[in-house]
Amino acid sequence: MNTADQYVKAIYLLQEMENGPAATGALADMMEVSPASANEMIGKLESRGLAEHEKYKGVTLTDDGIVRARDALQTYCIIERFLSNVLDVEEFRAEARELEPVIDGMIAERLDTIIDRNSECPDCFDPETDACEYLDVCGAEPETETEAAD
Amino acid sequence: MSVGYQVSSDHQLARLLQIGIVLEEVVEARAYHHHEELDEDALDEEIRALLSHAAEESADHRERLEAVIDRLEVDSVPFEEIEALVEAQYGQTKPEDFDGVLYDQLCNEETAYKFYDDVIEAIEASDAQFSIDREELVATLSAIRDEEAEGVEEVTRIMEERE
Repeated sequence: MNTADQYVKAIYLLQEMENGPAATGALADMMEVSPASANEMIGKLESRGLAEHEKYKGVTLTDDGIVRARDALQTYCIIERFLSNVLDVEEFRAEARELEPVIDGMIAERLDTIIDRNSECPDCFDPETDACEYLDVCGAEPETETEAAD
Repeated sequence: MSVGYQVSSDHQLARLLQIGIVLEEVVEARAYHHHEELDEDALDEEIRALLSHAAEESADHRERLEAVIDRLEVDSVPFEEIEALVEAQYGQTKPEDFDGVLYDQLCNEETAYKFYDDVIEAIEASDAQFSIDREELVATLSAIRDEEAEGVEEVTRIMEERE
């Protein structure tokens, strides 16, 4: 997933959590970059028609940006689910963040053929826990694949 | 791929190679099931040879990746479980689910090529010390990537001839 896709995904999740524009500072924190770097990328996203930035309010995705963000989030969900369900990786969230830059949509599509993903994906992604709500992140019993597919 | 992405440890490298193994398993399983389940008329000699070669090549790539992982300082990985999982998934796939053998094969080869290309770039961008010689590692992955590129060319040639 390229850098722009990681940014639109982060903006999308922040907008979901804030129920409004994503603050530049929060975006920089989420992306673990400086506010200046975040601002530079926001400018690039604006020029590509993916986001709009309003001073003192924050950044909001355009319709095209939302489509792109949901695709990126779906790719991210596939990576998490693949790590957790296929490779039995306990720290799947941390590893998904590490692998996210090198796994693009095309590769995720192939990995997706061997996992059972919920049809509501990526709406099942919980920004608060940084994970699909059907994956076990708190030590609770995870939902089985069959149940998750229902 | 994200600009500046680097592979920073044996662990991360092993994880990427594991993903490569799964992609190869998927190619092998799809090629095998295309070969086994599609009707005789749908597969002529040229496509049969292509699928057979694809399955053999994927098995070879998988073994080469496994050999690299074995030399890294990481916990062992459950290859057999992955193989069984992929097989179970494709064992349930009906022939009619396979939409276009050649197109599917092209996607397989292109995806694998892109994956290895990105991994090589991420290794070359990194200063990390791996427990395997970096030049040897890149040479192994480059050889696999080049075979995927040849696969893309071969499938494209067959598709163009049949247009």
